[in-house]
Amino acid sequence: MIIDIIISGLINGSVYALLAIGFSLIFGVARIVNIAHTAFYMVASYCIYYATHQMGVHPVLAMLVAIGLVTLIGLICYKLFIDPIREHEAAVLIATIALAIAMQEIMLLIFTGDFLSVPALVTGYLKIFEVKIAYQQLLTFAVALLILAGVWALLKKTRLGLAIRSTAEDREVANLMGMNESRVAMMTMAVSVGLAAFAGAVVVPLSVVHPHMWMHPLIMMMAVVVLGGLGSLKGSFVGAYILGLAESLVVFLIPMGAFLKGSVALSIMILVLLIRPEGLFGVAFEEER
Amino acid sequence: MKRFGFVLGVLLAVCLVMTIGSPAYAAKVIKIGVIGPMNFVQGKGHWNGATLAAEEINAKGGIQVGKKKMKIELVKTDSNEFLSMTDATNAMELAITRHKVDFLVGGFRTEAVLAMQDIAMDYKKIFIGCGAAHPELCTRVAENYDRYKYWFRGTPFNSMYLVRTCFIHMATVGAILKKMLNIPKVKVAIVAEKAMWVDPMVAAAKEFIPKMGMEMAGIWRPSAVATDVTAELSAIQRAGAHMIFTTFSSSVGITFARQAGGLKIPAAQVGINVEAQKDGFWDATEGMGNYVMTMNTYARGVEYNELTAPFVDKYIKKFAEVPTYTADTYASIIYNLAPVIEQAGTLDADKLVAIMENRVYKVPSGRIEYIKDTEGRHLHDLKWGPGYLTSLGTQWQDGKLKGVWPNRWKASKDAPEITYKGIVPYKIAPWIIEKYKK
Repeated sequence: MIIDIIISGLINGSVYALLAIGFSLIFGVARIVNIAHTAFYMVASYCIYYATHQMGVHPVLAMLVAIGLVTLIGLICYKLFIDPIREHEAAVLIATIALAIAMQEIMLLIFTGDFLSVPALVTGYLKIFEVKIAYQQLLTFAVALLILAGVWALLKKTRLGLAIRSTAEDREVANLMGMNESRVAMMTMAVSVGLAAFAGAVVVPLSVVHPHMWMHPLIMMMAVVVLGGLGSLKGSFVGAYILGLAESLVVFLIPMGAFLKGSVALSIMILVLLIRPEGLFGVAFEEER
Repeated sequence: MKRFGFVLGVLLAVCLVMTIGSPAYAAKVIKIGVIGPMNFVQGKGHWNGATLAAEEINAKGGIQVGKKKMKIELVKTDSNEFLSMTDATNAMELAITRHKVDFLVGGFRTEAVLAMQDIAMDYKKIFIGCGAAHPELCTRVAENYDRYKYWFRGTPFNSMYLVRTCFIHMATVGAILKKMLNIPKVKVAIVAEKAMWVDPMVAAAKEFIPKMGMEMAGIWRPSAVATDVTAELSAIQRAGAHMIFTTFSSSVGITFARQAGGLKIPAAQVGINVEAQKDGFWDATEGMGNYVMTMNTYARGVEYNELTAPFVDKYIKKFAEVPTYTADTYASIIYNLAPVIEQAGTLDADKLVAIMENRVYKVPSGRIEYIKDTEGRHLHDLKWGPGYLTSLGTQWQDGKLKGVWPNRWKASKDAPEITYKGIVPYKIAPWIIEKYKK
């Protein structure tokens, strides 16, 4: 049973990690709490559904188009709704909530509330210690690791990464040093939304496409980033696997309460925050900037 | 001048009363509120069924009410009950007070229907439920008849009968697995979404599975909207289940079927999976829902009686899909409300209730009779059993939803065998055969 719990936990955790990294990135850099993050993931899922089922496009091509399109939509939304009010964090929070609900309602109008699906990129399964794991789940796991490595490389090995890190460190000083802080934030937004779309592309073949599919991942993603420490990529990654394992534990140890797995994960988050308010890898609030 | 002003005032008041307060039967139309989650397939079923009924009745000139013919006007009322209980109660209030509906059909989620039922009863409006299964909706009628007598169950039969039918399906499939695969004692995993209508079913399943000569492998209660159930599936497989008794009414039904099919979990799925009742299930699971069996009301080519095929064919022709049970708003209007109104010659709810509760009549899914409780009190609940309503067992077989039950079913030892026209044999998934065939 321990093997089952570990494997299920790692797979669940990978999905949360994929979503949380993008969310954490934009918060860490621009202090934008983008509630619409998982709504972009939902829009990407619909784009892939439309391309594969209505237009007959190959799933891989559909994925690439969806990631590009959703990133573009993300940038437009940023320019129109977030950038003008960026200095007011509460207003940004409310604006992104509105944005998410607007996207949900638009999808509901276009596609109705029917449950839809997109094809898996790889079908079949693998047996590890008698535990069956779908190849698509393994792909999600591998992609989560690759994405983290990619984001790490972007931040540490590129000029853009340097700019992002500087801006995250101190926005005003970065500005004084000649960096276009607004442009960096926009680039970060593009990367963040692109990651959400990518998560949608990889995760959605495991799930069901519907207009409200962004809500549950949003709660779990918020729990992950708060647990890991707001703005900390490493924290998001570790937090995602902790909550993934917690969910698996609930399913295996209290099967009658499997529906409580989300609540248990959130309770763990609260517990950690009581002991360590800044999260596992976050900076203590009083030390911030 | 003063007098003219007074007369004008009186005239205006009379006009106001006539336009706002006049009863619907003076307006020459019968307004039926069709209430349901209209952005979801259940609500679409409500609306489509009611639309067919209204078109059919209006094409014949309407319903004869006393000396005049009255056409039907449907009022589409989105309850949004999956997402918001408040939306559901507001929608019901709006339908009654603003749109001034005479009757209501629909409702799906028990938690919401209980609240909507109270509003309809406050206004003494006949409300025929076409979706919610909880017995409480009808026990309220017995316990407080004067208040709740305007409620009638239209479909499905209550969850106690649903579970009974599911047990028969389970016993049928269990016997097939036992016989074909030489499994000495079939182990059953119960997987039920966390929802109110499921609770009595889980309790009954826990009690009866051992009595049916089968063994319990465990109970799992995922969220109704769970997006990943692989952990549950691993646990079920680890528990050695040969059969999975499912009770799903929401998206988890697709997730479960798709992931179980993708991982080729060697356990036959039997029970209720509302999503599997729909034509879209095959695409939604990308074909992974093959061999899933679910209780159902309609299937292509299966006939309960002479009314089934005309209704199903007409529905498919108009909406390009097989009706699900919420489309029984059709039967509620055409075979219940319409003839009762004609018989009573009035829209007076009290007079209609007195006729409705004593009628026995055919519908496309069988024959309807309203039952009473053990103390002889009216429940306005549906009678289950051979000759009345039994529902179907349907199974996905290579992209087609086939009727597989009742197939030579005997309700009791001495009862005659029942097989509806169009029923085919149940098929065991090849990966289950591969796993257990010795």
